[in-house]
Amino acid sequence: MVGRKSLPAKNVIERGAIRRFAEAIGDPHPLWVDEDYARSTRFGGIVAPPTFAVSLQVGSNVREGLPIDLTKILHGEMEFEYFRPLRAGETLFCQAEIVDFYTKEGKSGQMSFLVTETRGVDANGELVYKSRSTTLIRS
Amino acid sequence: MSGQVYFEDVHEGDSIPALVKGPLERIQLVKYAGASGDFNPIHVDEVYAQAAGMKSVFAHGMLSMAFVGQMLTDWMGPLGELKRFQVRFSAVAWPGDVITSTGTTVRHWEEKGEGLVELALESKSQEGTVTVKGAACVRLPRRSA
Repeated sequence: MVGRKSLPAKNVIERGAIRRFAEAIGDPHPLWVDEDYARSTRFGGIVAPPTFAVSLQVGSNVREGLPIDLTKILHGEMEFEYFRPLRAGETLFCQAEIVDFYTKEGKSGQMSFLVTETRGVDANGELVYKSRSTTLIRS
Repeated sequence: MSGQVYFEDVHEGDSIPALVKGPLERIQLVKYAGASGDFNPIHVDEVYAQAAGMKSVFAHGMLSMAFVGQMLTDWMGPLGELKRFQVRFSAVAWPGDVITSTGTTVRHWEEKGEGLVELALESKSQEGTVTVKGAACVRLPRRSA
């Protein structure tokens, strides 16, 4: 299972998707929504909030086929590494990979940890962000 | 959102402005499910959540992380650059919770001419339960540059 990769998915970063994401998290920063303001900054246009990348498609579910019960999973950890902000209108290719899976004995029984890494690459092949997510699976 | 913070103005041990969010409403969890594409029913379907042994639906971890992200981008200003952002989810946030996020500068250094700041991050509910613990590395502009 470790080493399994999703198919890379092409994502066009839509301004409306950024706006809806900003609304959902309740973040009114004009960089996410105000075209005139955003154009006056060094970004030259609307960019996405730091956690927006979770909404991008990674092409296929790397967890598919694994015996994971949705009622038993919890998000344990999340890490982003950014090389630059995601810009409205650009295209990113995103791919996820299972990089670790292990089981530990805890107070409340066995707990498994599934670690996935996602990379977002732009149309020039430059890495824009990397994320690493740890999911806890209670037995 | 406030003005621009500069590297020279920040010192180790400084706190950044806290951000208070909530009370969390169920409708926000529905909006977040739609906006993020995470439709795990445990966050939006009360019947399902209770059948899974939870007292009610609860916030996506990534929504809690987004609150911390908002605090960071509000603080660092348009010239700040978030380089790394990491959190551990230590407790879930429930509907009705008021979540206060805080950040403290734990390291302040120069590298290849860049001004970098490492922050320790934390979010707590109104009851004092820690929901998120994390860290971020931010590049700040310099007055001299």
